Order: sequence, then C-alpha cells, then structure tokens
Amino acid sequence: MELSFGPEYEDFRQAVRKFAKDYRDQSPKQGAGVSAGQAGQQLKDWQKLLIEKGYAARTIPKEYGGYGADPDILKAVIIDEELNAGGVSRGIGGQGPEMLVPTLLEAGSDEQKERWIRPTLHGEIVWCQGYSEPGSGSDLASVQTRGVEDGDDFLITGQKIWTTTAAQSDMMFGLIRTEPDAKKHAGLSYILVPMDTPGIEVRPLGTMTGEAEFNEVFFNEARVPQSNVVGQRGEGWKIANATLVHERNMLASSGVLDGTLRGVIRLLESESMNGERMMDNPIFRDRLGQLQARTLAMKFHAMRMLTSRLKKESAGVAGLVTKLAGCEVSHQLTALAVDAMGELGVLYEQSPHERNRGRWQNQHMFTLGLIIGGGTAQIQKNIISERGLGMPREPKAQPAARE
Amino acid sequence: MDFALSEEQQLLAESLRRFLEEECPVTTIRDLVVEHHGHDGGNWKALAELGVAGLLVPEEYGGSGLGMLDAVVAAEILGWGVAPGPFLATAVLAPMALLHGGSSEQQARWLPAIATGTSRIGAARNELVSMRDDAGVESRDGCLYGRSLMVIDAEDADHFLVCADGGRSLALVDAAASGLTRVALKTIDRTRGFAELELDGVEPVEWIGEAGSAEEVCQRVLDAGRIILAADILGASGRALEKAVAYAMERKQFERVIGSFQAVKHMCAEMVAELEPARSLVWYAGHAFDELPGESSTMACHAKSHLSEVGPFIVRTATEVHGGIGFTDEQNLHYWFKRVGVDRQLLGSPEAVRAEAARAQGWID
Repeated sequence: MELSFGPEYEDFRQAVRKFAKDYRDQSPKQGAGVSAGQAGQQLKDWQKLLIEKGYAARTIPKEYGGYGADPDILKAVIIDEELNAGGVSRGIGGQGPEMLVPTLLEAGSDEQKERWIRPTLHGEIVWCQGYSEPGSGSDLASVQTRGVEDGDDFLITGQKIWTTTAAQSDMMFGLIRTEPDAKKHAGLSYILVPMDTPGIEVRPLGTMTGEAEFNEVFFNEARVPQSNVVGQRGEGWKIANATLVHERNMLASSGVLDGTLRGVIRLLESESMNGERMMDNPIFRDRLGQLQARTLAMKFHAMRMLTSRLKKESAGVAGLVTKLAGCEVSHQLTALAVDAMGELGVLYEQSPHERNRGRWQNQHMFTLGLIIGGGTAQIQKNIISERGLGMPREPKAQPAARE
Repeated sequence: MDFALSEEQQLLAESLRRFLEEECPVTTIRDLVVEHHGHDGGNWKALAELGVAGLLVPEEYGGSGLGMLDAVVAAEILGWGVAPGPFLATAVLAPMALLHGGSSEQQARWLPAIATGTSRIGAARNELVSMRDDAGVESRDGCLYGRSLMVIDAEDADHFLVCADGGRSLALVDAAASGLTRVALKTIDRTRGFAELELDGVEPVEWIGEAGSAEEVCQRVLDAGRIILAADILGASGRALEKAVAYAMERKQFERVIGSFQAVKHMCAEMVAELEPARSLVWYAGHAFDELPGESSTMACHAKSHLSEVGPFIVRTATEVHGGIGFTDEQNLHYWFKRVGVDRQLLGSPEAVRAEAARAQGWID
C-alpha cells in the first residue's frame, strides 16, 4: 500500500497547481468539463490554452489537435485534482471529447480522425449520442432506426430518445440498423450523422426536474453518406460497447460524490429548525455519518480501481460495482439534504426561501435519473452477477405454445 | 501509488486460508466450541507457528514486526473461517497496549510469550465504550476494584488487559490473582469466549503507562480493535456471500438452478456491491493506523461502523438465498451470521461509533 504518487509526479503536480493559480483569471466559470454545446468563446480559448499546456486532450496525438503525450493515468488524475482544487475549468468535456474521440482513435479511418477529432476537441463541433430508442432501452441491441442503402448513401428513418444536447449539436454518433437480414447484434452500424441533414427533427424532452436535459430526435429518410460509418458495416454494437464503458465511469465519479458530501455537511451546519442546528440533531447527524462512510468507501474504491488500471490487471467483480454503488450513495446524499431543510426542502422554481438555487431537489431528481441512465441498476446487477460472480444468464423467453 | 495488498500480504492470506480449510473447518469448530465458547483445541498454537500471534510483535521479541494492514489481512481470513482463538485481544489489543504504552522492559517481558502463542491475554475494556451503569473499574491505592463486562477472548486467558478509570488507566492482571473472579458469558457466537470479571482489590502485575494518564494508549488500542473487527466482518460476510453464490448455482427449483433467477442474482449482486467498496475502506483504515496518524481514529470509526451495517445485510441476505436450509443448525451458515452479529456490537455499536466520529471531526462539541 503506497498512497503517494512519488517524487517524479510531485513536480508535475506543482506545475499544474501553479498553472491553475497563474491563469485563474482567464478561466470560465464552469467547473467541470462542460459540454461544448454551452461553450462560449471564453471556454474555447481556455480549452486551447489547456491543450497547449497538456492539461486537456493530453494523450490525443498532435496531428489530430491533441497534446500528444504518452498515456499516464496518474498525470491525468493529478490534472483533474489540481484544476478542481484551483477552482478553474477543466475545459470542454461531454460526449464528443469523452466518448466519440476515443472511439474514432480506436476504430475510425485516417480520414475520419483527420476530419473530426481536432474540431471536436476545440469545441467547434458539438456531438450528441444516438443510441437509445423508445423501444430499445435496456435491450439496446434491439434498436430499430434503420439505414436503407441508396447508392452511396443510407436513408435513415426512425427515432432516438434520451439524446443529451441534441438541439445544440452539429453531429450525432448513432447506432443504426443497416443490415436487416443479419442477427440482432450484427445488424448495426456506428454512423456519424450531420444534424442539419434534411429529414431530422429535434424535440426537447422535459424531465421530472422541470428542465429539458434530453431530446427526442426523429429521422425521416435523412440522407447520410456510407463513408460516415465508423469501422465496418455491422460492427456497430462492438464499437458502441467500447464507449459505454467510458460513460459508466463518467456517471459515478467519486470526486463528484466528495463534493456533494461537503455540500451536505455545510447544509447541516447552516440550517436550523426549532432553534437547533440540524448538525446538532443526532438523527440527522447519524444519517450523515452513514453516508460519509459510504462516500469514503467509494473514494478509496476508486483508488483501488485506479491501481488495477495502472497495473493493467482486471479488478474482477470489484470493478463492476462502481456505477451501481456510487449512484445510490449520490441519490441518498441529496435525499438527506432535502430532509435537512424540512418543509422548506420542497421549494423549487426560484421560490422565495429556496436554498442553493434549488440545487438539492434538482440533484435529488437528477441522481434518480443517473441510477436509471447508462444501464439501469437492474442491468448493472445482471452484469455484476453474470460477469462478476459467474451466475447463469436469464434463459431466453420461450415462444408461446401453439394451441 | 499502489492501493492494493502486497504479494506478501496475499501470500499470508492464502496460507492462512489453506490452514483453516484443512485443519479447522466449521465442522471441527462446531465440536470444539460446544461446551467452551472460543475453545480452539490447540489451533491457536498452530496459528502462532504460522506467525499469526506475533504478527504485530517486533522481530526483536520473536514476532514478525508487521503493521496493521497485515493484521487486517489476517483478521479477514480468520473471520472468513470463523476461526476460534484470541486474535483480537491477544495478538492485537495486548501488543498495541504494550507497544504504545509499555516500557521496553515490559515489552521484553510479555511480547515473546504472546508471539509464540504460550500466553493468552484477554481484554477487559468496556471502560472505553458503552459502559453499563452496573459496571466499571477504578484504581485505588495501586489496586483495581469493580466489574468489567464482555471481556474479550477470556476463554483460557492467563492474563487480562484491564482498562480502568474511564479509560485513563491500563493494567495487566494475572488471571489467577487474588480478588479476581471470572464468570464465563455465553453469546450467540460460540467461536469466541467472553467473560465478566469481578475485581475486588486486585493488584496488577503491570501498569501500562501511568495510572490516570493512559488515555492515548487506550485510544490506540480502541482504534486497532475497531479496525480488526471491521476486517473480521469483511471476511465473515465475504464467506457468506461465497456460500450463497455456490448454493444458488447448485440448488434447483422449477427445473432451473435458482441462481438463474434474477430475483436471486440481484441479491448476490447487491451483496457484492456493498462488500467490495467496504473492503477498500477497511484497507484504507488499516493503512491509516500506521501511516496517517491524523486520520487514524476517524477512519477506524468509519470502518467499524460501515462494516457493522454492510456485514449484517450480507449475512442475512446470504441466509435468505439459502432459503429454509440456511436457517437450519446443521447447515452451519449461522456461524457466520452470529460472528458478524457479535462483531457489530463490540467496541461500540455503529450509532455510538458514528457519534464518536462526529465529535472527532468537530461536527459537534
């Protein structure tokens, strides 16, 4: 057990820390890697600066607009920690840089890499993900949106749902059924779709939070060149699965949990009822203590998983539980925050007396969405028990007996 | 950065696991502990030869001179095997008291016999946590008076570590001293022996530190005990999970193994999703005890209280996966259920421990 990163990384840490301090004035307000859809010029300039210094797009080859360093997980962790601690933006994140770019590097053609990666990293092109459909949620491989061959193009018809930032996006990477005669998983292609293609319509999808974090996207014979397929036709399922791993890790970051915990502690210290600080109420304090231990467990668990990655070892079943356990802690932390405000905990929509601009109710609902999104808790439990514990798969449904 | 067990620690776990599997399976344990709770039938001596008793004892006194994380590894496997033997009191609490509060003469006098497994020291420490109204030990004119309940590893103990004066004094007492009465207490968990001590003017053989100012060493002893109990729960509930998964893969109902039903699979997934992050917390607490003094007490509290929640959830769920058979005596699963049940209550219930952690962090005065 050795928790320090060692002297060779200490210099690097100091350099990032100094950067965050020296350039703080130039940083946009957004803390974490915000999606490029909300990126103004200041964020784009900041992103450019981060890439020049090697604090964003660090391992992306120079020829595609990255910094071109060798992969080094510890340096990535240090950059994350120090930019966060220094209160500066981590630059542009979201589905383009975090999901599409790694996919293109792995499976894209030279021409696709050349064309898409640089502008994506610099916030010039904004991406959305077109995977889920109304009829294909947990059973993602059953997607029905079809691409019918027409000369050198596909004519795409169907509907996607849960599409984050679709309205601000220039492009979509999506799973489209292009091989109707192939088996379920082998019939899909991973296609890059320009969102201004005639025949595409985006409708915002309001959620229980009262915001429209998602959209529905409708396709009616939208014409997309076949050269926009990433990898080979019919390989889409394999390619999409590689990126879903990135998404699940993104959804349950232990750094976010830590920040939420700190917020709840401050809330219990500042709220009072019947003349008593909530922190002085033993019942609330005990709930907080339980969640603090769970949050710490997730934090140390992330360190353990990081070690496995450094050693290039499989973490086994321990590596599969992060999303399920982390999202649950996150939801419970926000539930405690709402409860600690008592009756006022229900205030919303900029009501008088609302605390933290409605953050806690919003997060309480949003974290429920996280439990469902990116593979529901129940799908996670299937994955954990089947892949992690070696338990049998659910037998396939038998066709109904004929009379 | 290496948040993992070392190769040596993994080897230690492996050799202990093999020993317990071969020499001390639960069927053997059952017979050993029928009459005398905690009776190990000579296994403690054998474990001592494997280095378990002297794990924390410095090499100059015949031990291995290892750290708390190594003790965590051993404790996990002992919990895994529901092994009887005085690991907690003799191999952890007593050496911690002597190393953090004793003089070098005292260390030289007591540690070698602990390391070889010849001396067994019980721990009378409920002055430190959750003291009852009808108990308590105080020192007067160099002697100890009063009563200590739930003395840990009391079966076959030749000496007792006794906390007195509300955790400000610490002494070693001969089990045969005049004025000392020992009454065995039976708990749900037969793998460990508890007792009540009545002290009527008992003259200790050693005072550890100065009577009246041994708070710091008492706190160290308490922290160590909590971490080891957390590790014991980790091992015991981990084994219950292993048993549940194995049973679900062989038991058939409705012409299918029950492990193919999502209702059962999801129970197993929930158990492991609780267990694995908890393991990371216990490792961290073990590491912090030796390397991060500022966090040591709080982390010991977190590990103990969290495992005391996770462990009971797992052993109860594992029992449910077994269905009716899990409830029977002969299936033996209840040994793990009961081990965890006792661990949870010892050295502070989760609520009491969380209250301590809150004070330690300055949440309340």
